[in-house]
Amino acid sequence: MSKIITVLWWVLVAAGVVIAPFYLDGIWLQDGLFAMAAAIGAIGLNLLTGATGQLSMGHAFFLAVGAFGYVYFASVPEDGGHGLGGLGLPTPLAAVLAVLLSGVAGGVFSPIAGRLKGAYLGIATLALIFIGHFVMSNATPVTGGHNGRPVPPMELFGFAFTDTPEPLVIAGVPFGALERLWFLGVALLVGAGLFARGVLRGRPGRAMNTIRDHEIAAGVMGVPVTRYRAGVFVLSSMYGGLAGVLIALVFRQTVPDYFGLILALSYLAMIIIGGLGSVAGAVVGAFFVSMLPSLFTRYSDALPLVAPTGQEGVGAAEAAQILYGLAVVVVVLFLPGGLFGLFTRLRLRLTRRTAPASPAKHALIPTPETRN
Amino acid sequence: MNTFIELLVGGISAGAVYALVALGFVVIFKATEVVNFAHASLLLVGGFVIAKMHPVVGFWAALLLGVAGAAALGALIEFVVIRRANVAVHSVLAIVTIGVDLILVTELTRQLGTEVLALGDPWGSDVLQLGSVNIPVTRIAALIAATIVITAFLLAFKYTSWGVAMRASAEDSETAALMGVRRGRVSMGAWAVAGALAAVAALFMCVFPTPGLDRNVTAVAMKAFPAAILGGLDSTGGALAGGFIIGITEALVGGYQEELSFLGRGLGDVAPFLVMVIVLLIRPAGLFGTKELARV
Repeated sequence: MSKIITVLWWVLVAAGVVIAPFYLDGIWLQDGLFAMAAAIGAIGLNLLTGATGQLSMGHAFFLAVGAFGYVYFASVPEDGGHGLGGLGLPTPLAAVLAVLLSGVAGGVFSPIAGRLKGAYLGIATLALIFIGHFVMSNATPVTGGHNGRPVPPMELFGFAFTDTPEPLVIAGVPFGALERLWFLGVALLVGAGLFARGVLRGRPGRAMNTIRDHEIAAGVMGVPVTRYRAGVFVLSSMYGGLAGVLIALVFRQTVPDYFGLILALSYLAMIIIGGLGSVAGAVVGAFFVSMLPSLFTRYSDALPLVAPTGQEGVGAAEAAQILYGLAVVVVVLFLPGGLFGLFTRLRLRLTRRTAPASPAKHALIPTPETRN
Repeated sequence: MNTFIELLVGGISAGAVYALVALGFVVIFKATEVVNFAHASLLLVGGFVIAKMHPVVGFWAALLLGVAGAAALGALIEFVVIRRANVAVHSVLAIVTIGVDLILVTELTRQLGTEVLALGDPWGSDVLQLGSVNIPVTRIAALIAATIVITAFLLAFKYTSWGVAMRASAEDSETAALMGVRRGRVSMGAWAVAGALAAVAALFMCVFPTPGLDRNVTAVAMKAFPAAILGGLDSTGGALAGGFIIGITEALVGGYQEELSFLGRGLGDVAPFLVMVIVLLIRPAGLFGTKELARV
C-alpha cells in the first residue's frame, strides 16, 4: 500500500517538474535553476559535512573552479594584447573537464583534508575562499578579473541551450534558454542525487558514517580513515564543480565576487536546515535557502517587518539572511534532522505505524565521546 | 631599513591585536570545545557600541561599555544557544555559531550601511618620530594595551579560582564537575571573556591608520582564525605566537608589495591564510597544539 503511495508521489513530483516550465515565468525558472544548482552543491557538501563529519567552509571555492573552468575550456580565445584566453573545446567536454578540474583542486588540498577533522578543517578551508579570491582577481586571462566574463552557452548534440537561433515552441510556449536549461538542470540533479544516494547506502556510506561517529572505531574496523576523508573531499569538490558549471550556464556571466564567504556559509546553512547526511535533506535545504531571498523580494509589500526595496528598514535580502541564520539556530536546537527529519517524523505519525515514532535515520543522535 | 622597522613595529602591533582575538577564540574552544565562528560579530558589536557611545559619554566610558556589551553578548550566546544545543558532533555546534554570526553581522552591517564610524580615541593620527622612523601613536598604544590585557588574562588564568576552574574543566570536564566546578558558569565566563577581548581588539582594528569602523571589519577579524589555528586551537601560548606570526607576515608582505608584485595584487590579504596552510601541512595540530592521541 505504502509503496503505491510512494510511487504516486514520485509520479506527481515528476509531472510537476515537467509541466513547470510551461507555466512559470522566466524569473521563477531562473530561481528554480539556481536552487537546482545549489541542491547539487549541497548534496556534495552533505556527503562531506553531514555524512563524514568534516566541516568545509571552502565549498564556494570549488563552485568557482567549476564555473571558471567551464568558461575557460569552452571559450574561444580572443585576439589582442589583453584578450581573454580559452581553449574552445566542445561545451559538453568542457563541462566534464571543469568537474574533473574541481576534483583535482580538491585532491591538491587533500593532504590537509585527509588529516584534519571537523572544525579544524573548517578553518583550514576558509583559506581556500581567500586564496581563491586572490587567484581569481589576478588571473585575468582566465577569469576576466573583477568583472568576470561571459559564459559560452551549452550545446549538446547540436541542440543549443540558448534563446536563439530558432524559436522553439512547444504547446504554445516559446522555449528559450531557461526552459531548455530547466530540463538539463533536472537531469543533472537527478543523476547527482541518485549517485550520492548510492554512495551513502553502500559500503562507502557506512564507512563515512562510522568515521563521523567514531573515528577510532572506524580505523579499527579497517576503514582507511585518511584515505576516505581525502576521497570524500574530492567527491564533494566535484559536486561543487558541477554546481558551479550549472550556475555559470544560468548566470551567463561569471563574477569572482559571487563565490565568496557568504556563498560558502549559505551552503552550510542549506544542509543544516534541510537535514544532515541525506540527499533529500540537502535538496530541501537548498531550495529553502535559495528561494527565500527572491520570495522576500517579490512579496516584500505583503510581508510584515520587511521593507520594500529602496526604503528604510530591513531589506528583503537582509531579512532572508537573518531568517536563514535564525533557521540554522532553531533547527539545531529544536529539530534534529532538519526539515527533512521533521517531514519523516510527521509522515510516520500520520501513517500510524505500530512502532513508536523513531527519530529520523540520519538524525544527530548523541554518540559516545571519542575521548580515551 | 627604516621601512623595514616601521613595517615590523606595525606588524607586531597588529599581531598583538590578532592575538587578543585569537586568545578569546582559544578560551572558548578550551572551555566548551566549540569553534566559535561568531567571533567576528562579537568584535563588530564591541566596536559598534564604542563608536555609537563615545559622543555621548566620552571615549573611556564608551570603551568600558563596548567591552561590557560584547562580553554580555558572548555570555548571552552561550546561555541561549550553546548550552541548549544537545549535539555530540562538535562541528554542528560550530555551524550554529555560523548561524548566529549570520544574524548579527547582517543586522549590524545594515545599521552601519556605508558609514565609516570614528571611535573617538584620544590618539588621533599622531605620529611618533624616533630618528627617521615614523610610527603612529595608535600602534604603540595597541601594543601596550594588548600586552597589559594579555598579561592580566594569563595571570588570572593561572592564579584566580576562575582560571583554575577553567583549566580544570578544559582538562577533564566531568571530573571537574564532580569536584564542584560549575561547568555552566565556567563556559559562560569563557564566552564573556572572549567577548571582552574581542571588543578591545575591535578598538585597535578601527583606529588610525585604518579609517574607522565600517562593514569590512569582519573581514579583518577573519584573519584571527588562522592565527588561532596555526598556534594550535587549545593553546593560549599558541594563540599569542599565531597572532604575531600573522601580524608580521601580513605587514611585511603588504609593505613590500611592490617587490612582490609578480605574485599579483592584494597578496597581503591572503598571506595569513597561505602561512596557515603551510603550517598545517607540516603540523596538522598547529605549532603548539596537543596532538590528539587515543588509546584503544
